[in-house]
Amino acid sequence: MSHAIDELQAIIAELKVELEEQKTSNRQARSRIDRMSAEVVDSNPYSRLMALQRMNIVKEYERIRDKAVAVVGVGGVGSVTADMLTRCGIGKLILFDYDKVELANMNRLFFTPDQAGLSKVEAAARTLNFINPDVQIETHNYNITTVDNFDRFLATITESGKELGQPVDLVLSCVDNFEARMAINAACNERNLNWFESGVSENAVSGHIQFIRPGDTACFACAPPLVVAENIDEKTLKREGVCAASLPTTMGITAGFLVQNALKYLLNFGEVSDYLGYNALNDFFPRMTLKPNPQCDDRNCLLRQKEFQARPKPIEVKEDVSSSDEPLHATNEWGIELVADDEPVNCPEPAKSSAVVQGLKLAYEAPEKEKVEEENVATVSDETSLEDLMAQMKSM
Amino acid sequence: MVDDSTRKTLSNIPLLQIRAGPREKDVWVQRLKEEYQSLIKYVENNKQSGSDWFRLESNKEGTKWFGKCWYMHELLRYEFDVEFDIPVTYPTTAPEIALPELDGKTAKMYRGGKICLTDHFKPLWARNVPKFGIAHAMALGLAPWLAVEIPDLIEKGIITYKEK
Repeated sequence: MSHAIDELQAIIAELKVELEEQKTSNRQARSRIDRMSAEVVDSNPYSRLMALQRMNIVKEYERIRDKAVAVVGVGGVGSVTADMLTRCGIGKLILFDYDKVELANMNRLFFTPDQAGLSKVEAAARTLNFINPDVQIETHNYNITTVDNFDRFLATITESGKELGQPVDLVLSCVDNFEARMAINAACNERNLNWFESGVSENAVSGHIQFIRPGDTACFACAPPLVVAENIDEKTLKREGVCAASLPTTMGITAGFLVQNALKYLLNFGEVSDYLGYNALNDFFPRMTLKPNPQCDDRNCLLRQKEFQARPKPIEVKEDVSSSDEPLHATNEWGIELVADDEPVNCPEPAKSSAVVQGLKLAYEAPEKEKVEEENVATVSDETSLEDLMAQMKSM
Repeated sequence: MVDDSTRKTLSNIPLLQIRAGPREKDVWVQRLKEEYQSLIKYVENNKQSGSDWFRLESNKEGTKWFGKCWYMHELLRYEFDVEFDIPVTYPTTAPEIALPELDGKTAKMYRGGKICLTDHFKPLWARNVPKFGIAHAMALGLAPWLAVEIPDLIEKGIITYKEK
């Protein structure tokens, strides 16, 4: 008996030590900072970001603190995306995911083995808060594609902005499946929110980002997904026994593209890519713009297209960021030349594989629209009620 | 690709016509009736051809489905619980069918036991919106999955026969 008590006391002592270790490791590394300072000192976490202003890249970097971004999917791409935005000092991050951290995720960045078993959003929030306590982090641990959760998702992205009651400034899709992408698409079309789609192929050798401005650029339902053509013979592609491969490199690069373009959009500098692909096998980066499909199946997309067409278009004034008269590069030691990019293709017709730029393809060809769709209405015999049908099915 | 016997099975499942998801409350009821009619016919066909292999039912809103499926292997019946939600974007996106008790037992599964479908399923589904329904997802998604995975799992000793 006393032996057992001794043993228990030893365990308690051990746990106390462990708890103390945990407590110290979770301690805040620094306190919150009210204003971003441009002062160049080693202790200022924002000095290198504020330097972007001094170098005339970004006008008012500090505006980033007024921005709220929703990151949907906190996996290989989403966690790195959230990490980058946190380090950039984003005002508010809203994370959505319903998965747990697993050891099988360790070939990707961000999560650490000790986090296995924790929910991804919870684990991410802890790390992010430790990295930068100035960022407001909100977590949502549910699957957005189910009927009940979708309404919560809609409410969150429309009301949980930096100012409560305002929408978020941008939605970033970092999910790994078509269903969730379509759900985000439906939500953003309905609430007229700009969003980026991102993805990495299941064989890990290509990735892409796509900027969707409802009514202005093609929505995710306008055409079959646009993907990077890898030119791998289907027959040589072995998929035995696996669902998906992944590499930290491809995912990190895709997250980098995503956040880079998100920053350009939020802080209004440079040129935001509408679609940017990455073929890892030959390091090719196709880029293009996709126009919305006037026959899109999403009626909110059609509504946004009408609104967009009715809106007066701003006359493009190229803002001269660097007003200095000096040549951009006075010397060219390495003889670097600029080579013309592929012309962006604008296709007013619903996209066909033949209409996309070299290096890209549609995941599959769109079905031909059936002309007689209206006579659909009532082939369901209304004599039997739903309840009867349910009962009939149950009794089989 | 779809083999001849699957094609024959498919051609005997009634196609659906109403394009409506669970958020469009009124029209969804119509779609749900089509779903049930199509499923009832499919189960009847299966019974007639001696290949009865699943039962499904839903909550009253038709948004959550659950039931059983079984696979015959060397005269033994291996039975599994099936479940799935109807996604908000249905029928544009197919339901993600799950066999929770097999979660973690095969690589051809996503989290929560959602079965990993072939590259051909999604394009095929996309080309047939809104004509394909739950019955088609079962015939084209779950049936071929069971046919490939279950014998393999039995052979590896990962699943064993349980007397019911």
